[in-house]
Amino acid sequence: MSLFHLIILFPFLYAVVVPFLYRKFLPKIHTGWFVLLAPLAIFAFLLSYMPLVSSGKTIQMTAPWIPAYDINFTAYIDGLSLLFGLIITGIGVLVVLYSIYYMSKKREALHNFYIYLLLFMGAMLGLVFSDNIFTLYVFWEITSISSFLLIAYWFQRDKSRYGALKSMLITIFGGLSMLAGLILLSIITDTYSIQVMMSKADIIQTHPLLVPAIVLILLGAFTKSAQFPFSIWLPDAMEAPTPVSAYLHSATMVKAGIYLVARFTPAFGGIPEWFWFVSIIGLFTLLYGSFNAVKQTDLKALLAFSTVSQLGLIMSLLGLGSAALYFDIGPSGTVYTIAVFAALFHLMNHSTFKGCLFMVVGIIDLQTGTRDIRRLGGLMHLMPISFTLAVIGSFAMAGLPPFNGFLSKELFFTATLKASDMSFFHMDSFGTIVPVVAWIASVFTFIYCMIIIFKTFTGKQKFNQADKQIREAPFGMLISPLILAATVVVIFLFPNYFSQYLLQPAWAAVLPTFAQRDLLDINISAWHGFNTELFMTIGIVAVGTLMYKYLKKWYGIYRFYPKALTLNHLYALALEKTEALSLSITKGYMTGFVRDYLVYIFTFIIVIIGGALYLLGDLSMDTGNDALVNAYEFALIIGTVILAALVLVARSRLTAIIAVGALGFLVVFFFVIFRAPDLALTQLVVETITTVLFLLCFYHLPKLKKENSPIQFKAANALVSLGVGIVITIVALSANGNRLFESISSYYEDAYELAGAKNIVNAILVDFRGFDTMLEILVLTMAGLGVYALVKLRLTGSEKSEGAE
Amino acid sequence: MREPNNVILRTVTRVTVVIILTFAINLFISGHHNPGGGFIGGLTFVAAITLLFIIHGIDKVRKNIPLDFKVVAAIGILISVFTGVMGMITGDPFLTQTSNYVNLPIFGKTEVATAVLFDVGVALAVIGTSLTIIMTIGDDR
Repeated sequence: MSLFHLIILFPFLYAVVVPFLYRKFLPKIHTGWFVLLAPLAIFAFLLSYMPLVSSGKTIQMTAPWIPAYDINFTAYIDGLSLLFGLIITGIGVLVVLYSIYYMSKKREALHNFYIYLLLFMGAMLGLVFSDNIFTLYVFWEITSISSFLLIAYWFQRDKSRYGALKSMLITIFGGLSMLAGLILLSIITDTYSIQVMMSKADIIQTHPLLVPAIVLILLGAFTKSAQFPFSIWLPDAMEAPTPVSAYLHSATMVKAGIYLVARFTPAFGGIPEWFWFVSIIGLFTLLYGSFNAVKQTDLKALLAFSTVSQLGLIMSLLGLGSAALYFDIGPSGTVYTIAVFAALFHLMNHSTFKGCLFMVVGIIDLQTGTRDIRRLGGLMHLMPISFTLAVIGSFAMAGLPPFNGFLSKELFFTATLKASDMSFFHMDSFGTIVPVVAWIASVFTFIYCMIIIFKTFTGKQKFNQADKQIREAPFGMLISPLILAATVVVIFLFPNYFSQYLLQPAWAAVLPTFAQRDLLDINISAWHGFNTELFMTIGIVAVGTLMYKYLKKWYGIYRFYPKALTLNHLYALALEKTEALSLSITKGYMTGFVRDYLVYIFTFIIVIIGGALYLLGDLSMDTGNDALVNAYEFALIIGTVILAALVLVARSRLTAIIAVGALGFLVVFFFVIFRAPDLALTQLVVETITTVLFLLCFYHLPKLKKENSPIQFKAANALVSLGVGIVITIVALSANGNRLFESISSYYEDAYELAGAKNIVNAILVDFRGFDTMLEILVLTMAGLGVYALVKLRLTGSEKSEGAE
Repeated sequence: MREPNNVILRTVTRVTVVIILTFAINLFISGHHNPGGGFIGGLTFVAAITLLFIIHGIDKVRKNIPLDFKVVAAIGILISVFTGVMGMITGDPFLTQTSNYVNLPIFGKTEVATAVLFDVGVALAVIGTSLTIIMTIGDDR
């Protein structure tokens, strides 16, 4: 366990302290100030790796986790993971700073909020720095769970819960698919390390399991990064507090899918399936997101769709760029490496301007009480700083100079134009569509960016002045978006500085073979002459302005689309049908009678174990080695049989309980005779306690009535009981008669040397198989809490009738 | 639980509870080298408390032992997990147990093992859970 691992886990460890800080300092100090330390420290720590990584080195550190299965917590630091790590913690600092002013310390449950936020931050860090696929998966799912908690933070609201559930259902579905895909990959390459997998790209690309692996991994990436058709969860996730939206959607969670695709490009790049899936889904998402963003009236929903669209842009670039690996190292492949570079560049830019925009929207929401653009307008003079910030963010998103979005947008066009030159994967015929789609999507992007600015900040004020005095946000709240807006401009002015230290190492991680030859020749400049890209941009501004101006004339097309065909409708329908189906199945077997459930369980035992014994032919009984049965044992056996029979014929419940208890105590004697004092003791106390529990429950049980059950019913029960008895007896005898493997007990005989305990049983319990014991007491406690909940928290009569409605 | 007025039981219980509790502790401590251990020790402890419930009624016992047994169970689990994590700090895998001998003032040469600490967690979890179950069911009117 190195310092680096501790740094990754630091947010988790810190989260434990947060509630105490919250309780101790609450009235005076906002808890956010303490939380701010975590991302700040990690950001500074990660910065210290920058010189090393930008000089082309990678660092790998391993901490054992389950070494026996080769599952370790391996941290891998290269350009790509460092770029993501810096974005996660950098935006993290600003989001926490912003949240200090956004989240009221009087009204909000701040400790919960910051614990979730820290969990999320730690999970994202772990995700991008993990090299082991299982560690990656664990962190991946923690991001899903913590974002579920964050989205449902205002859990009193129906919509919050709905959005949280939707995001979780979709992203966890993707996560499980990704796990399956990663396992397929590990089967192909016989390793759990992503880096080793990358080095075996040639094996992967010729393996028959290749396409399933690609599809499953991409499902994970697409659901997480809200690609079409999984994008539907992102707009609903907007029910979260704005700092969360800014964090989840500008910087991190949704970019996890991008990270995954970038990370696996060295393995899958150059395969037609990968190329087509990633770039087509990306392009379609770009178009779909930008088209739908225009019709949104809620500012946050608009931004959500714009995120969907921008993620599609990045995804399509990664897809187009993966074609580079199709070629041998050389000039023909180098052409497509620009796409990968543009993807990373836009990824960074998107984090800055989208973070800024989300924060501005949060300010507008807080100051005016609404995010609905139909009710907003004329805020320019009241909130001049917010207006400036919105202009910077929106213009950057629209790809206009002098903001960083312009640079990456131009590179995007360059990449799409190059794509149409491709003469492989049938790109010579389809290729020309790519720049056209990119251009159309960019026009819509331009339109919704203008909507954000002009519908909100210009025009007539639609507020009732007496309603609320609207003024600029407090300065503290503006710090974070100001920093982001400044970054937007700084990146535009000095892009090559960022390129050299951040983007080129990341690019080298995505396309290692090209990086080894030093084949990236990129110099970003704001002015690149009168070329096609520039004309495309000019066209966007011209057409976009016209379309924005006459928005009302063509806005009607959004109403043509039938509601029954929307993805949300399909999602709701699928959910409804699944629930109905599972309800009908459940109703079929949940009869409410314990005896029915016992019949299921016992029948299952008979069929599975008896069937296995019969089919595998393991029915071998060897009584040759058995000892003679002596008189005591005979007496005990007769005693157990009598007691068991007594339970069957008992007329009163109390007699039955006492008989069962006595039966249990008789078993103690068996253990005593066979010299198992531990078991005897355990059985003795357990039997005592269970008898007491039985007697406690006795009070609640209904009066025992003489039942006149039909003879068939009794016969069936008798058959099942007999069957279980016979099967278990056969199993016991067969187990005793077979010596297939050498006995493991000799290993435990050295318990004193191995574990320092003379009591082998206890040594096994707490040392050799300590993990089992730990989980057992966990299960025990859960069961105890279950009993507690069932008894104490059950519905009373009036609540029941409410629940039924 | 209804409070029975059984003089013989009451008198006997006063003495036996102490004996059972002592036996429970003995079972727990001897667990490392002799029959016993956290599970049995914990359950025997529970048996003693249960006897008190039966004789004196839950309310009275609850007044005298003002513990939330759910918390006891949680603490037990935390202790077991913690002993597992402790080994990780020095670089061993999760749940590596160590033991050593130290000289204590009264007991002389005594063995100290993290396994025993783990067992404390087991015992607390068992005690907490069992008593939670018994009290909830017994208390439910």
